[in-house]
Amino acid sequence: MNHDNFAITASGLTRHFGSLIAVKDFDLQIPTGSIYGFLGPNGSGKSTTIRMLCGLLTPSSGSASVLGLDTRRESEKLKQKIGYMTQKFSLYEDLTVKENLQFVSEIYAVGRKERHLRVKELLEEFNLNRQMKQRVGTLSGGQKQRLSLAAAILHKPQILFLDEPTSAVDPQNRRDFWEKLFEMAEQGTTILISTHYMDEAARCHSLAILDQGVKVADGTPKELGNSISSHVIEVTADEPNAARQRLANEDGITSITQLGFRLRVLIPKEISNPLEQVKSKLKGAEIDARVEQVFPDLEDVFVSLTELRRDGLAT
Amino acid sequence: MKPLVRILAVAHKEFLQLSRDRLTFGMIIGIPLIQLLMFGFAINTDVRNLSAAYVDEADTHLSRQFISDITASQVISINQRVGSAQELNFLMDSGSVSLGIYLPDDFDRRVIERDRKAVQLLVDGTDPIILGVARQLTAMDVRFDSQTRVFGEQNLMEVRNYYNPERRSAVNIVPGLVGVILTMTMVLFTAVAIVREKERGNLELLINTPVKTTELMLGKIFPYVLIGLIQLVIILSCGRVFFSVPIRGSELQVLAAALVFISTNLSLGLLISTFAKTQFQAMQMTFFFFLPSILISGFMFPFDGMPEIAQMIAEILPLTHFNRLIRGIILRGADIMDMWDELVALGIFMLVALTLAIVRFSKRLD
Repeated sequence: MNHDNFAITASGLTRHFGSLIAVKDFDLQIPTGSIYGFLGPNGSGKSTTIRMLCGLLTPSSGSASVLGLDTRRESEKLKQKIGYMTQKFSLYEDLTVKENLQFVSEIYAVGRKERHLRVKELLEEFNLNRQMKQRVGTLSGGQKQRLSLAAAILHKPQILFLDEPTSAVDPQNRRDFWEKLFEMAEQGTTILISTHYMDEAARCHSLAILDQGVKVADGTPKELGNSISSHVIEVTADEPNAARQRLANEDGITSITQLGFRLRVLIPKEISNPLEQVKSKLKGAEIDARVEQVFPDLEDVFVSLTELRRDGLAT
Repeated sequence: MKPLVRILAVAHKEFLQLSRDRLTFGMIIGIPLIQLLMFGFAINTDVRNLSAAYVDEADTHLSRQFISDITASQVISINQRVGSAQELNFLMDSGSVSLGIYLPDDFDRRVIERDRKAVQLLVDGTDPIILGVARQLTAMDVRFDSQTRVFGEQNLMEVRNYYNPERRSAVNIVPGLVGVILTMTMVLFTAVAIVREKERGNLELLINTPVKTTELMLGKIFPYVLIGLIQLVIILSCGRVFFSVPIRGSELQVLAAALVFISTNLSLGLLISTFAKTQFQAMQMTFFFFLPSILISGFMFPFDGMPEIAQMIAEILPLTHFNRLIRGIILRGADIMDMWDELVALGIFMLVALTLAIVRFSKRLD
């Protein structure tokens, strides 16, 4: 396989922890220069997969190649070429912002002159100049996250692994963060990001949905929306609870998610004319509601896939 | 009833946690056990088998009889006979023996005429316990066999207190304290320093960088070598100022011995850090090592007085070897090269610990 096209490839990647199977038979191909997302709940194997791809964990079976390097045998070579932003903040809280960046630049053995420039450049770029001499422990969530990203890209890696980078960050910081990511992707950096936020996953060029260590689907957000085996019906009602109760007991409804006054109802594709069905049922219960069919968003995809899997596992 | 239920619930939970925290459990069992065994065996002022050497310039029937009598007491154990007083002094300086027996060539005459003491006991007086033993020895009855006349209850011997004529215990304690404090702090500092990075998540960042394990280890211990030297200077200066403990040997040699010992302890700290998951565990493990070090290394009780099994354990503790080195240089003005075997022992310990630590430290999380 040519790694010019794919920055990351993996086949049959599996990892056990004792009797627990954290990741099972994971196949992956991530094109160079794209932003690829891992979407899944906690414990779905996102971090474990990222760690295997970084060479931090040895796969129980299967193999992965990152930038053409085997993650089992060539992980040390790989480290110079990848950046990794850990889920938990991992810089030194008792050092200042500048000291942390300097430390990282020294660890990566960036040339002496360049080192100085790079740290200055990053402080500027990530808007940390004013906090330069502040102890990192006293930074806000957003500042810490900017610093982590700055540290992760200090050595100009070709691939950036981000493990739930926006967990502790407000919306404005998240927007800025994503702008940064797109900028880097444009310049050819491949980015792998894990998240459990749907809106964040929707920003990725393409993504994989993980559930209990298994990749249940992958593709672009649009492809995933099309691939879903459910109709999505949106019900807007003044009494959404009553509507919910009425519909909950019906056969042929996979799931109902409430969003304020709205309900998103998933109905298997086999059922024809789902719109009329929902309407008639609500009418029967004398519930006033507006019912329309909508295009599935990622959350619908996620819910329908995981619900199906649960049902499949149960039977 | 409710409070009782709640109390029992808490107690039960505590027991469950304890039974899962094997290290704490080990300490609960281990510490009293170790203390009991160490103190029981080692606190033993009835010292036996004190290593000794003798010079017998008389070499008569009577002098040989005397040596065999004093050996029979089992208080001393004679390792060797040397030809001259100079050789005896050398053995004392290098710490090979803690007691020297000198029989002059007119031994028989002195025994019979009783005008002067017939025997000189040269004692390493830096250890008050050994000094006490020597004094007891002078009171011992020496009965020559029936063919000569019997001289019971008389003082044949005189004690010459080497290295510590004023009989001050600080002289013994201060150099010993150097080793004890360095063991405590050096092992703990390094162990905790690495485990702290593990606990705070810093290590996950570090192992993802190109830094090599050896680089990381050496970078970690270097600052502590300096800290160790600072501690050394503090202890020795205080010793000199407050307790007037002089440094008889070369200061450079004190420094050299301390450097080797510090490195040994730091390596051990690194090794502990590869086992401990939390800082608290690192402290517990350090304590496990520290306790026997303080008790049987010769710091508290004379090495010669301990039973063989305790001596064997003591030989694998770095502090035992360092105590001999530092006391030798500081108190007896010994030359470090005369105690090269102690240096080698420390070196071996360091290499083994460092190698194990590097092998055990993995740049992977699995």
